Amino acid sequence: MVGMLADKDRIFTNLYGLHDWGLEGAKQRGCWNATRDMLDMGRDWLITNVKNSGLRGRGGAGFSTGLKWSFMPKEVKDRPHYLVVNADESEPGTCKDREIMRHDPHLLIEGCLIASFAMQAHACYIYLRGEYVLERERMEAAVKQAYEAKLIGKNNVHGWDFDVYIHHGAGAYICGEETALLESLEGKKGQPRLKPPFPAGAGLYGCPTTVNNVESIAVVGTILRRGADWFAGFGRPNNTGTKLMSISGHVNRPCNVEEAMSIPLRQLLEEHCGGVRGGWGNLKAVIPGGVSVPLITREMSEVALMDFDSLRDMKSGLGTAAVIVMDNDTDLVKAIARISYFYKHESCGQCTPCREGTGWMWRVLERMAVGEADPSEIDLLLDVAGQVEGHTICALGDAAAWPVQGLIRHFRHEIEDRISAYRSRRANFAGHAIAAE
Amino acid sequence: MSVRRLAKEQPATFAFSKETVKKAEWWIAKYPADRRQSAVIPILWLVQKQEGWVSEPAIRAIADLLGMAYIRVLEVATFYTMFMLEPVGSAALIQVCGTTPCMLRGSNDLMKVCKDRIGPKQTLSADGRFYWEEVECLGACVNAPMAMINDYYFEDLTAADLNQIIDDFAAGKTPERGPRVDRINSAPEGGALTLTDPKLYDGSAAKPIKKLPNTEPVSA
Repeated sequence: MVGMLADKDRIFTNLYGLHDWGLEGAKQRGCWNATRDMLDMGRDWLITNVKNSGLRGRGGAGFSTGLKWSFMPKEVKDRPHYLVVNADESEPGTCKDREIMRHDPHLLIEGCLIASFAMQAHACYIYLRGEYVLERERMEAAVKQAYEAKLIGKNNVHGWDFDVYIHHGAGAYICGEETALLESLEGKKGQPRLKPPFPAGAGLYGCPTTVNNVESIAVVGTILRRGADWFAGFGRPNNTGTKLMSISGHVNRPCNVEEAMSIPLRQLLEEHCGGVRGGWGNLKAVIPGGVSVPLITREMSEVALMDFDSLRDMKSGLGTAAVIVMDNDTDLVKAIARISYFYKHESCGQCTPCREGTGWMWRVLERMAVGEADPSEIDLLLDVAGQVEGHTICALGDAAAWPVQGLIRHFRHEIEDRISAYRSRRANFAGHAIAAE
Repeated sequence: MSVRRLAKEQPATFAFSKETVKKAEWWIAKYPADRRQSAVIPILWLVQKQEGWVSEPAIRAIADLLGMAYIRVLEVATFYTMFMLEPVGSAALIQVCGTTPCMLRGSNDLMKVCKDRIGPKQTLSADGRFYWEEVECLGACVNAPMAMINDYYFEDLTAADLNQIIDDFAAGKTPERGPRVDRINSAPEGGALTLTDPKLYDGSAAKPIKKLPNTEPVSA
């Protein structure tokens, strides 16, 4: 066996698309089994069991899914309740929800029904990123199958009238932020809303809404079928369950894989991905959770566990468990500069610190990548990153600042070396310092 | 943020095709009756499929269709980067992912191929058949480097692969999407190491469950 998780304990049994993605295939693999019995146990049972499983949101923030559900109003009053599924997967490094939607779409639809019943929603919107055209076609086809089999829709076999609608965006990373997603779903620019009010109070069309990640919803059916304690049995306390992990970059065989939470990072890379290109000693740095979390060094990767707490203790994060591996050949400053360009490109432009700060950080990093900077600018960059962080409506500002802070925290010497190498090639530096603008 | 403007040269008129109207109605029906605006992104996309790009008359027509102010649709069309605001190649629109995970695995080589074969980025090729640009993460990072060509993903590319793909599109063929190395989707190269237990697929998981776990009545 490779890794820590046995095949019998995997939730996404068609992760690689080797089997039928359609309704028949999904049923054969256990989907839609006993779903009615779950609903018959009632809302409180559903929410309690999801809470007991320890499932934490799989979209990056890691908030307890069951607890989030319990924030919805207990009774439906004048406004309908909505479930919105966040399938705007755009965090660089992350490509897990895509596999669920194109290869196991029925797990997601089943999860939508269960979650909507638990929150008394009769309608659910699944917001896919616009680029996922194939995935959207699959989801539409799967939804159609579910309607035809009366699994969802009016007067379905589960006794809860329920509609699923597929919606899509058009290439804006920011729409992965839940309130920006709601704005986009309402037909506007995807600019995040101020909170409060939180979506559970006033979300889509001003109605109580819960926004969940695809993976958080798609695992629910299997958790309830096999028991909250089964799911809670994997990983360390507070970091339980199984998780789809995407490993990209400088490993021998990049892949997606479902693993137990808290698997050692080194084991994950060596057993599932054939190890780091050129051997473990050739590893330089790892971004463990999508580009918005700070990178960690090889020494840290040696002992890191793939869970929320272990990586948080290293001042990084699990994020979406999208591991980006960089070996010794990597130009780290350039790699982080490219991430900064990404945030500059994707900032929605609403808050000044982020709109101006992301571009400023990118321009400075590009100069640092060639060494055309002043050593004092490293501290200036750190200072600016600190001023972007925490001063914006949504977390994109934080996400733009963290990779830069991570770079300076662990690889400051690389930037300094770059600057002195650049200077040693030139005779005179009087009046050299250039502002970013 | 990215600054985007409408093309200088605009057509005089725009008309929805029958097919587009039908699909637009299907989209509008997905939302509550007083929330037609929700369909604006899908309909802009339909128009782009019909015309190849989004023109100013089209933006006005969509606004009229959905009962929105023109500026609101213009705002959406310029905010979302998938809307092409100028004509693109008739044979292929090539969008190479350039974000860090792809960069680490050689997306710069792919962009060099595009530059050599098609010309500068975001410029229509001389023959009007090709157009390429660098885009941000397309969410297929374990299959890096990759490109989206006319809606579908071409993955695990080398410069030679992309050259071949461009040749195929130029010859009027539709090359097959997906990974270009020995792997299936996002499984590791050479074959999946997990999900090999035949018991997962023999139907045993579909047997009726007599009693769900944790359903014992709580004893007082």
